[in-house]
Amino acid sequence: MSDVWILSEQFNGQLETVAFELLKRAAVLAEKKKSRLCAVQIGAELPESELNRLIECGADVVFAVEAPELKDFNPEPYAACLVDLIEQYQPEIIIAAATTTGRTVMPYAAMSAHAGLTADCTELDIEADTGLLLQTRPAIGGNIMATIKTPECRPQMATVRPHSGRPAVPQSGRSGELIRIKPNATRLKSQTKVIGFEAATDELLLQDAEKVVIVGRGIKRAENLPLIYELCDALGAALGATRDVVDRGWLSYPHQVGLSGKTINPKLCVSIGVSGAIQQLAGMQTADNIIAINTDPEAQIFKVADIGIVGDLFEVIPALIEKIKNGELSC
Amino acid sequence: MRIVVPIKQVPETRSVKMDEKTGTVIRDGVESIVNPLDLYSIEAALILKERFGGEIIAISMGPPQAATALKEALAMGIDQAILVSDRAFAGSDTWGTAYVLGEAIKTIGDYDLIICGERATDGDTGQVGPEVAAHLKLPVTTYVNGVNDWTDGALTVTRLVEHGEEKVSMQLPGVLTVVKEVSDPRLPTLDGKIRARETIMPILSFDDLKLDLKLIGLKGSPTRVVKIFRPKVTRECEIHTAEDEAGVALSVERLYNFLQEREVV
Ligand SMILES: Cc1cc2nc3c(=O)[nH]c(=O)nc-3n(C[C@H](O)[C@H](O)[C@H](O)COP(=O)(O)OP(=O)(O)OC[C@H]3O[C@@H](n4cnc5c(N)ncnc54)[C@H](O)[C@@H]3O)c2cc1C
Ligand SMILES: Nc1ncnc2c1ncn2[C@@H]1O[C@H](COP(=O)(O)O)[C@@H](O)[C@H]1O
Repeated sequence: MSDVWILSEQFNGQLETVAFELLKRAAVLAEKKKSRLCAVQIGAELPESELNRLIECGADVVFAVEAPELKDFNPEPYAACLVDLIEQYQPEIIIAAATTTGRTVMPYAAMSAHAGLTADCTELDIEADTGLLLQTRPAIGGNIMATIKTPECRPQMATVRPHSGRPAVPQSGRSGELIRIKPNATRLKSQTKVIGFEAATDELLLQDAEKVVIVGRGIKRAENLPLIYELCDALGAALGATRDVVDRGWLSYPHQVGLSGKTINPKLCVSIGVSGAIQQLAGMQTADNIIAINTDPEAQIFKVADIGIVGDLFEVIPALIEKIKNGELSC
Repeated sequence: MRIVVPIKQVPETRSVKMDEKTGTVIRDGVESIVNPLDLYSIEAALILKERFGGEIIAISMGPPQAATALKEALAMGIDQAILVSDRAFAGSDTWGTAYVLGEAIKTIGDYDLIICGERATDGDTGQVGPEVAAHLKLPVTTYVNGVNDWTDGALTVTRLVEHGEEKVSMQLPGVLTVVKEVSDPRLPTLDGKIRARETIMPILSFDDLKLDLKLIGLKGSPTRVVKIFRPKVTRECEIHTAEDEAGVALSVERLYNFLQEREVV
């Protein structure tokens, strides 16, 4: 069979948005290959209504691998269940999210299945004459892009970054097949066990945020940060910072974006008083939409921005906050 | 606690250049460093050794000059180093690398823990750690930012995930991949540097490891790089100048429209 699979994820009994982003991407591949689109959901039992959302959003088949032991993510049983499914159904392609789960279970399973795996793809396509999956990803700190193929081994596996595309829109009444699978007890054995969980504070959510504001040294001192917080609130954005800002102690290390900090890929990135050093750009230049505000018209940041304002942030930001707040009132 | 730390030598990314004509990466003359993220796994191992005693063995697969990276690990306080090097390994992707590393680690004998970096800054996949674990049929805990306890053969660690911090207990032997939050890496010491110079480093080759030729190098690697190109870093930046009050007002108007066009407000 030449099916295209996506690996869905859930948190607290709810499917993650990224599952629907994967469905949207994979639908294009399945269409080109004229194959079925299937979603794999490993975990504790989910209600049928929740799993049906995958079908409404494009899945022809949903494989729900369920057991109480699979409630928390544990690499060994998750990978074992995935490998069993691969052996049974022989998919051509499996796409997962480049989340902490996807980036752990995919390599573990790929190693066991002797499959090729490409991490952090930004583009996926099907090669017209061969039907092979073309996997394009940034390499070497974003300096180059590489296109990768898996000519012989199957399945062809890839992860894509969350938020790197829109989620599929549900079509009500769309039908598909739901297959619930109870894995064998021997496959559920795990040497790891989740024994506690503490929900994230805001700063840890930076990586996952849809909108991010990044402040650079142009903010001049920590006392000026409330202005930036106000913009974050107005936009609903998380706050990131350059290394200069973190080194000066104005914000803590978890806020740092760049080569030696976090890599983010949000829908919107607003860079304020950031010069745009290559090490900093490496952490954010794949954002869908980039806005830059800087007094220096020569600043590098403008090279990667979609829209740039040459101006003083202390004049532009208050006006922008005002505009967003009023705009919302009139919506 | 006996700990194995796989480290990779990588080109200094800042100085990597592209051959504009062929679209390939020029590595000649580029300075090599220890993968910056592997300094954190070295540090984590050193902390564990300070707490629980034991021995740390660094291992690296790469060309002969990867010995320099291992020397640096020794200078930081690692006890032993093993270089895994053979022309036959060239062209391995993460699958091939994990297979060779896994087989090389088997020669070390008993160990409690393997600690990998989160990812290497050149390949940038973060796959080798979980793949080594899968090859050795060991449990793995990824994105570890803190190690708490080691009791009754189980290690308790915390890991950073999307929604927060998870606490995980892992029965050893097992594999960890660590993130920067685990602790700041220490600097090499003078003593360490002297010891590094004096330490004899065994080199494991293809023949030493009795590997399956079909599983290594380009041949054993499922993936192929078929094209390398420069990303379009330059976007069409629409510039607005906000010199005076009117300029600010116009710029903000345009920014707001942009946000609406792109459906972000
Ligand atoms: C190995 C290595 C790793 C690194 N990793 C990272 C990393 O992960 N993240 C990172 O950020 N950096 C990193 N750096 C550092 C990086 O090279 C830069 O030094 C850093 O990003 C600069 O931060 P900045 O833009 O805040 O400061 P600056 O370069 O000082 O820029 C400040 C900008 O603010 C503008 N400005 C000033 N006043 C105003 C105003 N009133 N209104 C608007 N604009 C104003 C200025 O014109 C200037 O362009 C790394 C460096 C190395 C060598
Ligand atoms: N050639 C190698 N030799 C030793 N360790 C490696 C090698 N390649 C990768 N690793 C380890 O695997 C981690 C992840 O690397 P990667 O999957 O290449 O991003 C690194 O931080 C190292 O700990």
